[in-house]
Amino acid sequence: MDNIAGSKSSLGWVVQICTVLLVALWIFPTVGLLVSSFRTADQISSSGWWAALFPSEQSQRYRVADPDENRSNVDGVYVVEGNFFAENGGGGDIKSWGTSSREIGAYAPGEVADLGDGETFSVDAEGNYVWTGNDEQISGRGQRAFVTAVSPPEFTFENYKTILFSGTAGDNMTKAFFNTLTVTIPATVIPIVVAAFAAYALAWMDFPGRALLIAIIVGLLVVPLQLALIPLLSLHVGIGIGKGYLGTWLAHTGFGLPLAIYLLRNYMVGLPRDIIENAKVDGATDFQIFTKIILPLSFPALASFAIFQFLWTWNDLLVAKVFLIDSTGQTTVMTDQIVNLLGTRGGNWEILATAAFVSIAVPLVVFFAMQKYLVRGLLAGSVK
Amino acid sequence: MNPALLGLITIIAGVGGCIGYFYLSNQFLDKVLFPAKGPNAGQNINRANMIRPWLFLFPALFALGLYLAYPVFETLRLSLTDRDQGGAFVGLENYQQMFSEPKFWEALSNNMLWLIVVPAAATAFGLLAAQLTDRIKWGSVAKSLIFMPMAISFVGAAVIFKLVYDTRPVDQNQIGILNAVWLQFEGGVGSFLFLKALPALILASFAGIVAYVGWIFIQPIANRNDEGGGVGFVPLRLFVGVAALYLVWLSVKSLAGLFVFNFPYGEPQTWLTIPFWNSFFLMVVLIWIQTGFAMVILSAALRGIPEETIEAAIVDGANPLQVFFKIKVPQIMGTIVVVWTTITLVVLKVFDIVFAMSNGQWETQVLANYMYDKLFRADEWGVGSASAIIIMLLVSPILIWNVYNARKEMK
Repeated sequence: MDNIAGSKSSLGWVVQICTVLLVALWIFPTVGLLVSSFRTADQISSSGWWAALFPSEQSQRYRVADPDENRSNVDGVYVVEGNFFAENGGGGDIKSWGTSSREIGAYAPGEVADLGDGETFSVDAEGNYVWTGNDEQISGRGQRAFVTAVSPPEFTFENYKTILFSGTAGDNMTKAFFNTLTVTIPATVIPIVVAAFAAYALAWMDFPGRALLIAIIVGLLVVPLQLALIPLLSLHVGIGIGKGYLGTWLAHTGFGLPLAIYLLRNYMVGLPRDIIENAKVDGATDFQIFTKIILPLSFPALASFAIFQFLWTWNDLLVAKVFLIDSTGQTTVMTDQIVNLLGTRGGNWEILATAAFVSIAVPLVVFFAMQKYLVRGLLAGSVK
Repeated sequence: MNPALLGLITIIAGVGGCIGYFYLSNQFLDKVLFPAKGPNAGQNINRANMIRPWLFLFPALFALGLYLAYPVFETLRLSLTDRDQGGAFVGLENYQQMFSEPKFWEALSNNMLWLIVVPAAATAFGLLAAQLTDRIKWGSVAKSLIFMPMAISFVGAAVIFKLVYDTRPVDQNQIGILNAVWLQFEGGVGSFLFLKALPALILASFAGIVAYVGWIFIQPIANRNDEGGGVGFVPLRLFVGVAALYLVWLSVKSLAGLFVFNFPYGEPQTWLTIPFWNSFFLMVVLIWIQTGFAMVILSAALRGIPEETIEAAIVDGANPLQVFFKIKVPQIMGTIVVVWTTITLVVLKVFDIVFAMSNGQWETQVLANYMYDKLFRADEWGVGSASAIIIMLLVSPILIWNVYNARKEMK
């Protein structure tokens, strides 16, 4: 386009800026969740996640260590020394401090505050304090200090530890993670095998009713699986499978088949006719042609469908809820557990964000690793 | 048994079983039933070749029949019977009961709103993203970032957007970005610019573009000598024209309302409980997910446009807007329809988002969640099945259209 007379280069900048804005808008929510999953509960509830990326200024009230136990006597002057951050946790670079809640920024770090009658107090930038005075002054309750500190961005892996390794039954996602994996892998592999043979027959074998069958499959492509819930659950209970993995695998296989057949058939039809006819002339049977020629050549289409089916089964909630999860709760999958967490731990964002990210991580990896095949599959799969 | 072990055995049994079935049945056909030797070898080969496709197809057809075709009829039957009466035939009673429930009409009207807004917004954003990223160097990176939500589950997206919409009491720091932004507005000049003038501008330009697009569609009907893609497109053109007119009217109406409306400045909003608008906050989630899909397909279509047509238009003095709407868009119209219908299908089945974010409270119910409520919470199979049939009815025009197109393509 740029080489065309009449197109303006000033438009280029507008395009760049618009794209940046659009991309930012699109990834912003996800980044929020990712950042939140690395923050502690206190951090999340005290400031927005976007604040976590910058140094944060926090005002905190401290009290020096109990003078009756910690004071030392130097030439008749009593002194309490210590470090606020070491004693109370927290940290950062102190910008200002004060001794009264009305003037929390009265002193700069290192300055010495005169508290009257020879009593002095000072705090330095690292949180070290010195409180000096006579016997009466340095006793009772410790001196208060209001400290404004700038702390660098701070992140923690604690949430992931809780979600993956410790945590109560409701929080721990390890079991759900493996359950999801158990649902996903057979539900991805089996439809591919079944569909590949059917797609070959529909693409390269001549028989009456072929066009009708393809039309039916295109039709089934859009049948909402909501219709299948009750009849199939009754069927599964009727033939003794009940709720469980087997039923879920079968259901996912059934629901994934139309797309699988459609994608694979479209791809196989496009393979060069010569190869197949030559093989036939050389005496290869259909079975041999299929396994030795068609299957290896169809790898891109197989990969496309595998990604679709993987993402779909991994992210599925409805099929798992209906066909898998029974009252014991032993077979919960991640999506279902997250929905439960939304109900029970609605305010605990550190748990929710981490749990959600654990479930999102695997599809994201698959997505970025195999995006090429996903795009190809999308382009082939949308009914033209 | 350990589920992982069970899974492994299932994979081996499933895959091995399938391959074994295909191999053995082929062997049986060739060696035992119709051996390709003896007196009628030729006839046998022909017979075997007539049967073989069905061997290849059988497992798939069986599964499709059992898991997709049978349930359609079974659900239809269930919607006409009453489970409490032992499955007795009750005619249309379930439908009558459903039609008398306000929650059903709420779900249906919400679904209609979803059906208009989500495909339109996702397609529009997708088209915008495709057009923007097509010409810049880091376009492919931008594309995969916009495409990324496709990999995120509806439930994951629900959590992500619950954080965006989170609300804290007024005296605390807001942790939801939407409220944090919202509280920046106090009703001064900035608020007027961003909350009244800018939306007004967007609405006005939206109305302008819609009117323009509608006019492009209607124009060929107005002057009949123009051959606008055949007679089959006249209903489509009329439909788009009417829809555009409606949208323009809607935008003008909300434009007027916008200036009268008093925003509750300074109060954190619980976005998901604001009636009517909360549905839009849920739709945003689906738009966010589906835009990437629309972008990928439309970007491929845009690349397929012959360069000469664009060059010719520019030489003839067309401005960028004209090039886009009169040269590019008409050429990818077929793809836009495909994207639109595909997203429509997703919208009709949307369940997880509503289930996880609001569960149909505060007037956000949609059909799929209503059906789930009826089937598994209220235990009313009849009414639940009836609502499933309603979803099927809404899907069927697309089903017929797809089948029609697929058949046309094969000829």
